[in-house]
Amino acid sequence: MSLHTIVLVKQVPDTSNISGDVMRPDGTVNRARLPAIFNPEDQEALELALRLKDLHGGTVTALTMGPPNAANMLRECLYMGADRAILVSDRRFAAADTLATSYALSKAIEHIGEYDLIFGGRQAIDGDTAQVGPQTAEKLNIPQIAYTLEVQNLDLSKRTIRAKRAIKNGYEILEAPLPVLLTVTKDAAEPRPFDVKRLCVYKRAQSKFEIEATVDDSHDLVWMDELMEKVKAEDLLIETWNIEDIDADVAMCGLAGSPTKVHKVENVVLSGSEFKKVPATPEGLNDMITELMQDHIFG
Amino acid sequence: MSATNKDMVWVFAEQSDGELADVGLELLHKARTLAKKMNSEVSAVLLGHEVEALTSTLIAHGADNVYLLDDKELKDFRSLPYANLITKLVEEKRPRVVLFGATHIGRDIAPRVASHTRSGLTADCTELKIETLTIRKVEHEDLLLQIRPAFGGNIIATIISPDVAIQMATIREGVMEMGEPDSKRKGKVIPVPVALDPVEIAVKIIEKHQEPSGVNLKGAPIIVAGGYGADTPEKFQLIKDLAKVLGAEVAGSRAVVDAGLIDSERQVGQTGTTVRPKLYIAIGISGAIQHRAGMQESQKIIAINNDPEAPIFGVAHYGITGNLEEVLPKLIAAYKSQLH
Repeated sequence: MSLHTIVLVKQVPDTSNISGDVMRPDGTVNRARLPAIFNPEDQEALELALRLKDLHGGTVTALTMGPPNAANMLRECLYMGADRAILVSDRRFAAADTLATSYALSKAIEHIGEYDLIFGGRQAIDGDTAQVGPQTAEKLNIPQIAYTLEVQNLDLSKRTIRAKRAIKNGYEILEAPLPVLLTVTKDAAEPRPFDVKRLCVYKRAQSKFEIEATVDDSHDLVWMDELMEKVKAEDLLIETWNIEDIDADVAMCGLAGSPTKVHKVENVVLSGSEFKKVPATPEGLNDMITELMQDHIFG
Repeated sequence: MSATNKDMVWVFAEQSDGELADVGLELLHKARTLAKKMNSEVSAVLLGHEVEALTSTLIAHGADNVYLLDDKELKDFRSLPYANLITKLVEEKRPRVVLFGATHIGRDIAPRVASHTRSGLTADCTELKIETLTIRKVEHEDLLLQIRPAFGGNIIATIISPDVAIQMATIREGVMEMGEPDSKRKGKVIPVPVALDPVEIAVKIIEKHQEPSGVNLKGAPIIVAGGYGADTPEKFQLIKDLAKVLGAEVAGSRAVVDAGLIDSERQVGQTGTTVRPKLYIAIGISGAIQHRAGMQESQKIIAINNDPEAPIFGVAHYGITGNLEEVLPKLIAAYKSQLH
């Protein structure tokens, strides 16, 4: 039997590169000004999945929920070696918290059907919550291995996987029955570079949105369908699913399906403690040390 | 929700090998403040094997009730049995607030419990409050304000879950104060029967390695920390020299951990350890909120940075503008001269 792996990936704003004009005066973030990148731990998750495919064969499917431009990241998944790329995208998914996100992902996974393993990054750098992986596993009613450091063994005849995962001050090795969801920590697997041959082929891969954008009003819908079929026949279609495609309940998606709401957002206000400017001179430093000694901070 | 429910604030009491994690005790202390506002009691939820002896510590730290789930299958932590048993208990008792430490264990199970019970869950909160808010003319009683840095730490967000009954949050170790235990406090231990399906215990632990960390940042009275401005071995050596002279622990921001200059267990900040020493010396640390979240409660803070506009000066008591290569040798010399 062959191995079917799904990798949950997310395109994220590069929060490590926030410059002044990204923050609006009211303290909110102008996401449009941030470069969008492949969430680093998701890329490592994809690498782990591809390594298992190298050993055992089978298929790797990259799955994301996100805006239309997340197709850019899905193409990168194809360049690395993913067999199939799926973009779950619908305006009604907007403002989803982790619960609504994991619901939509679990519905998409059920729509994919057969799977043995699900990988994902431990957390995304725009939220750092580490909640979507475990919540997706819960919705699918399967076990999870969080904080995965490496996969040690996959036994397809016994249908078990052994993985090493981080725990406080150490690690443990778990053996789990398939199917199981694994979240992958930083440094688990250095992502492979893009395969040049695959890049040449899949740079032409397109999502439904991208195909639509090439069609102007002079064409009818039938023409659009034919175009989609053509792209699909060339194996260059980034499958694009909306709420109806994955049979999701609208009330469980997006803002409506999110129990957590942002009540307010504030710029970081520094607590103005009594502040002394200390000159970097022996006298200045001596005075500071004397004060700290009097306050019993030293000694 | 019923006004007679006095059991509305819960804390997951994490233990490992029969030893309670500090974070659970810290959360019990915070839970007392929240519960007072809600006119509720505080309950701890303790899972493990032969861990009944820990219940008195939980009561001394603020628990009115301890739900005790004791079974040999719960000896070592595993996601499914832990998450499923807590889920069942939450569904049965319907607390309003459930708090978990944002540890490897808490971050593993809290999302599963929240997912099954369709509760709101916010990760890595740095502050929690209870308030009654009127939103679109509807009054929401006993809302848990879940406050956390967001978006790479550039903003502080207050998250609420107004439309669901159960509000959950994870909080990192050290963020909340532990408070003094009171051995005279009285509380109830409520044993909860444990029934597990074979499917729930199908994941097996093959091996487990844990070494107590030799680093004790939380307990150090003085911490000398370096950041992006000290990200070469030569510069960082000066930081180590200063720490040695002061008898301090060495720490750093994420930048120096990423540069491989210190181990991640010495990282201070939102994704590292939260510390509150008597003295924190921040050297070449610009002071992004992620870092400040981990050190701004220090009794005294000295900031040394060559950028006079660095945000770290906003939380510092003493600010020295200058290059660390010049300032640190002078500081070491000045300290030594005062010792004699």
